[in-house]
Amino acid sequence: MKLHWQILVVDDEEVMCESLAAWLREDGYTVDTASSGREAVTKAAHRDYAIYFIDLKMPGGMDGIETMMQIRKQRPDASIIIITAYATVDTAITAMKEGAQEYIVKPCNPEEISLLVSRIVKVKNLQRENSILRKKLSRQYVFHDIVSKNARMQQVLTLAQDVASLRSTVLIQGESGTGKELVARAIHNSGDRASQPFVAVSCAALAETLLESELFGYEKGAFTGAAQQKRGKFEMADGGTIFLDESGDISPKLQVDLLRVLQDRAFYRVGGSEEVRVDVRVIAATHVNLQQAVAEGKFRDDLFYRLNVIEVRIPPLRERKDDIPMLARHFIERLAHELGKDISDLSEGALRSLLDYNWPGNVRELENAIERAMVTCRARQLGEDDFAFLTQSTAAAQFAIPAGMTIEEMEKLLIVATLDRTMGNIKESARVLGIDRSTLYEKIKRYNIQR
Amino acid sequence: MKYLYVGALAEVERPALTAIGECAARRFGMQVREIALPSIDFAFDAGRKQYASTEALELAARMCPPDAAKLLAVTERDLFVPVLTFVFGQAQLGGRAAIVSLARLRQEFYGLPANPPVFLERARKEALHELGHTFGLVHCATETCAMSLATGVRHIDSKEAAFCTPCGARLVRHQVNS
Repeated sequence: MKLHWQILVVDDEEVMCESLAAWLREDGYTVDTASSGREAVTKAAHRDYAIYFIDLKMPGGMDGIETMMQIRKQRPDASIIIITAYATVDTAITAMKEGAQEYIVKPCNPEEISLLVSRIVKVKNLQRENSILRKKLSRQYVFHDIVSKNARMQQVLTLAQDVASLRSTVLIQGESGTGKELVARAIHNSGDRASQPFVAVSCAALAETLLESELFGYEKGAFTGAAQQKRGKFEMADGGTIFLDESGDISPKLQVDLLRVLQDRAFYRVGGSEEVRVDVRVIAATHVNLQQAVAEGKFRDDLFYRLNVIEVRIPPLRERKDDIPMLARHFIERLAHELGKDISDLSEGALRSLLDYNWPGNVRELENAIERAMVTCRARQLGEDDFAFLTQSTAAAQFAIPAGMTIEEMEKLLIVATLDRTMGNIKESARVLGIDRSTLYEKIKRYNIQR
Repeated sequence: MKYLYVGALAEVERPALTAIGECAARRFGMQVREIALPSIDFAFDAGRKQYASTEALELAARMCPPDAAKLLAVTERDLFVPVLTFVFGQAQLGGRAAIVSLARLRQEFYGLPANPPVFLERARKEALHELGHTFGLVHCATETCAMSLATGVRHIDSKEAAFCTPCGARLVRHQVNS
C-alpha cells in the first residue's frame, strides 16, 4: 500500500533531488521534487504529500527549518525528514524541536532510508486504517463523507445541511443504493442532536405486527411471548433521530399509528394504556415514488404530507455520471486498505466502461463492482478487463419493465429475452415460459420477433 | 527483433557476463547480445572515491544500439548517488538503460575469501533486479523475489534469481504492451 503515499523531495541541488526521487520511485512511491523552500510550500498547498525530505541548507532566504515550519502549518499530519550534509547536534535538536520526524545525514545508508520510509508508511497505513475502521464502527458520517461534485447532489447536500439543526421531518427519496441512510446519518450528525441516538428501522424487513411492536414497544402480556415490557425504537430514539427506511412499505394500519406519532409526538405501547411522549426527529426514506403511491391510494395522503415537510431527492447515479470517476477512486483507495491490495487507480478504458454502464443499483452497485474487480485484479491499476462482468450483466439487465408498458409489449420483451437465453431453442424457451411450442410459435409470429 | 543487451565494461570478467546473459535470457525470454562499453572513469568522484551512478547510467542510455529493447551496463566500479553511501545499481524506471555494479557483490569487498559461485549468483539477481526496473517493475514485498529491495548482500543472498508470480505477470503484461 505504498502507492497512496506521495513524497516530496526538496533540495536546491538538482542531482541530489533527482537521485533520491529516482531511488524512491524504484521503491514504488509517487515522488515529486522541488528545488526551493518556496516551491515546496506552493506544491504542498496543492497536493497532500505524506512524507517530505527537506534539505537543511538551501539558498534564497528559506532554509530547511523554515520550509518545514511553513509546511507544517498547512499540513500538520505530514512526516518531515530533514537531510543535511553536516551533522551537528544543534541543528538536529532544532529540527526535531520544530517537528521533524527524522534527521538524516547524507550520504545516507540505503538501508537507513528504506527502513525510515517503510516505518513512516507503516504508521500512516495504520492511522488510515484506524480512521476507516472507527468510522465504520461508529458510522459517524458527516456531509464531508459524501463524495460528490455533481451540481444537483450539491444542492441536495446544501439543503440537508440547512435543515440539520431543525426538528422538521425529512423525507429522503431516492433509488436503492443512492445513499439515503448516509444522508440521514449526516443530517443527524450535523445537527444539534448529534450526541443523541440515531435509530434506524427498516420498515420493509418486518411483518406488520412485528414492526408495530418494534416501533412502539409492548407491555408485559400484550401478546403471547411478551414476557416483559419492551421499549420500542421511538422511545430508544428519544432526544435523537429515528430513521424509517423503506417507509413506502408501511401497512395502512401502521400508517395511521405513525401519523399520530408525527402529530402528537406521543403513542401507546402495544397492549398499553399509558401514553408515552417522546422528542424524536423523524427522517423517512423511500425508494418508491410516494406521490405516485398516494395517487394510487396505497399511501395515506395525510401521512405523506406529514413526512414530506422537507423533501430531499437523491438523484440516481446514472443522472450524475460526473461523480463516477471521483467515487470510483474513493472506493479504490478505501478498498485497497481493506483488501490489502496495492491498487491505486483505474485505466482510461476501465473508467469508460464504468461511465457506459447504467448502474441500476447505484452507488452501492458501483462499490460492489469495484470490490469485485479489485479482488481479481493482479495489476497495479484496474483495467477494462477487470470490469468485463459489467457488460455481461448489462446484456442480461436489458430486460427491465418500465411502468407505462402494455402487457403485450411486456410479453414480447419476455419472449425475446427468453429466446436470447436459450439461444433460440424453441422447445427450451416454451418450457421456461410454461407454454406450448405451438403457442410460442404463434406469439413469435404475432409479435414479429426476429430469430 | 529487439534484443536484450549486456553492456560490458572492460574491467568485467567473462564468467560474470556469461552468468548475467544466460540468466537474463531465461527470465525475460529474450535473445541476449553483448556490446563493449567505454570506461566510466569520467564519473569518478575523487572526494568519495566512488563513481557517480547517474552519470554512468546516462552513458549507457546514450550507447543503446537501435535494436536494443534494454541495455544493462555491467561494471566492477563502486557506484553511488549523491544522497546515498552506495548503490548496487540504478535503472531508468520503465526506460531502456540500467547499470549494475559488481564491486559490493564480491566476498572480498567485506574482507572475506573469494567465493565465485556466491558472487555469480548475486550478480544474476542484481542484474535481474535492475533490468526489472526498466520493464516498469518496482520493489516487491516478497522477500525472495528478485524485485525485493536489497540494501545489503545478506538480503541479496536470501533472494532468488527469479521473479515472484505477480511480478512475473506484470513483466509479461509490460512486454506485451510495449
